[in-house]
Amino acid sequence: MTVLLKIEHLEVKYGDLIGVADVSLEVPKGSVVALLGSNGAGKTTTLNAIAGIAAVSKGSVTFSGENIAGQPAYAIVRKGLALSPEGWRLFTQQSVENNLMLGATPLGDRGRIPRLLERVYAVFPRLAERRLQRAGTMSGGERQMLAVGRALMSEPQLLLLDEPSLGLAPAIVDTMYDSFAALHKEGLTILLAEQSVDLALEAAEYAYVLQVGRTVLEGPAQTMADNPDVQRIYLGME
Amino acid sequence: MSLILVQVIVSGLLLGAVYALFSSGLTLIWGMMNVVNFAHGDFVMLGMYSAVMVWTALGGGPFAAVPVAAMLIATLGVLSYFMLVRHIMKGPMLAQILGTFGLALFLRYAAFWYFGANFKTLPDTLVGGSFVFMGLRFEGSRVLAGAMGLGITLLLHFILTRTAIGSRMLAVSEDATAAQLMGIRPQRMQALAWGMAGAATGIAGALIANFFYTSPTVGETLAILAFVTVSFGGFGSVLGALVAGLIIGVVESLSAYLIGPVYKDVIVYILFVLVLWFRPQGLMGKT
Repeated sequence: MTVLLKIEHLEVKYGDLIGVADVSLEVPKGSVVALLGSNGAGKTTTLNAIAGIAAVSKGSVTFSGENIAGQPAYAIVRKGLALSPEGWRLFTQQSVENNLMLGATPLGDRGRIPRLLERVYAVFPRLAERRLQRAGTMSGGERQMLAVGRALMSEPQLLLLDEPSLGLAPAIVDTMYDSFAALHKEGLTILLAEQSVDLALEAAEYAYVLQVGRTVLEGPAQTMADNPDVQRIYLGME
Repeated sequence: MSLILVQVIVSGLLLGAVYALFSSGLTLIWGMMNVVNFAHGDFVMLGMYSAVMVWTALGGGPFAAVPVAAMLIATLGVLSYFMLVRHIMKGPMLAQILGTFGLALFLRYAAFWYFGANFKTLPDTLVGGSFVFMGLRFEGSRVLAGAMGLGITLLLHFILTRTAIGSRMLAVSEDATAAQLMGIRPQRMQALAWGMAGAATGIAGALIANFFYTSPTVGETLAILAFVTVSFGGFGSVLGALVAGLIIGVVESLSAYLIGPVYKDVIVYILFVLVLWFRPQGLMGKT
């Protein structure tokens, strides 16, 4: 299988603080890969570094055979890699549809926008209902959908999802993960950071576990689910 | 209502539309990047000199001066952004204040050096003197200035709220990092804002030059008016600047007529203080 994203010995520093010390991982084309770890393990920092909004201080990030570490975020998204970031970071003053249209900025061909909008509205019908509402007035679940929808609007090859289940009602989480499965079936590659281990391992084929900024364990999702170490040591669960 | 009162209100509205236009650049820059451009008045001053230069060189009327001033001051805006503002934005607030204030002094004394200290005025005949319409007397230069002021301020508002490029500019102003995730280059949008603000300010200057004296220090007088209009309307809101400009224009002419020209500024500033007392964010500003 071709490797779409490969990270080798990634290090990210925030001033003197180390956000990520040594992370290596691979995301094969067409797969769903989970990035697990407790709060502060470095999942968000890793995703931000891939997308270009956290500065890489060491190591390499190879996407489609090209080292993208150190490139600005606006250039990286144009290569086909979109992030639904932590805290959603929506444009709260603007309408739902404007947010989606902004997500389509990297597209060379503006003619594709209507079809992409339609696809996002098909995945998240709730967004179609709220089309003209200001993003800042929506509920947490709707904001999460909008953040994912906005990332999809650039027609990425690789979708990075940061904690898509955080703070959402269980019913909405199920809907959300159903739509990820549907997108995966369409051929989208997904790298998923999750605190909720069960959810992530159910959705993913392969998983990496981070602990204090390092990849400490990896394996197929099925064996990880059965591995007591994952639950006990690395995720702080009994 | 007596005809003369109508006349007074109409002149006030025409004046107010010009206030709105030359304040819109200031509010746009603030809204985009939280930077107060203390050189704003001097941008207007250079717009006025552009009109004077076009008239001296070509004998052309305001129709030639307006596009020339728009282009020149837009270029000045973009250059100021890339050569100065972009760098001082990384510094503390004081650096921004001193930086743009320094730019103001530089432009003002460059104007002294190049144009001299003498007041310049454009001949009245350029925009056709005055005419009577429905019993009201209008000066051509003021009607032109008012109509264009209203039109261009509304156009700016339209661009920001209804177009894709406006949406990108607002995205950068709300969250520049998230905008980058959308493939938007924040610096391009900010440079564009400086260009648009410069164009609007240059046009305002070219229009004002038709009925106001031009001198290197005129920017100081106009800048204060622009700051009042912008804080009255709410920093960052183009529509707020429009409404505030119109209110200030009308209040100014009404109080000049009803109480006496000497008191018009007093009344305007009393109103200004009252608005800020009860609504510190201005009429349309965000809290």
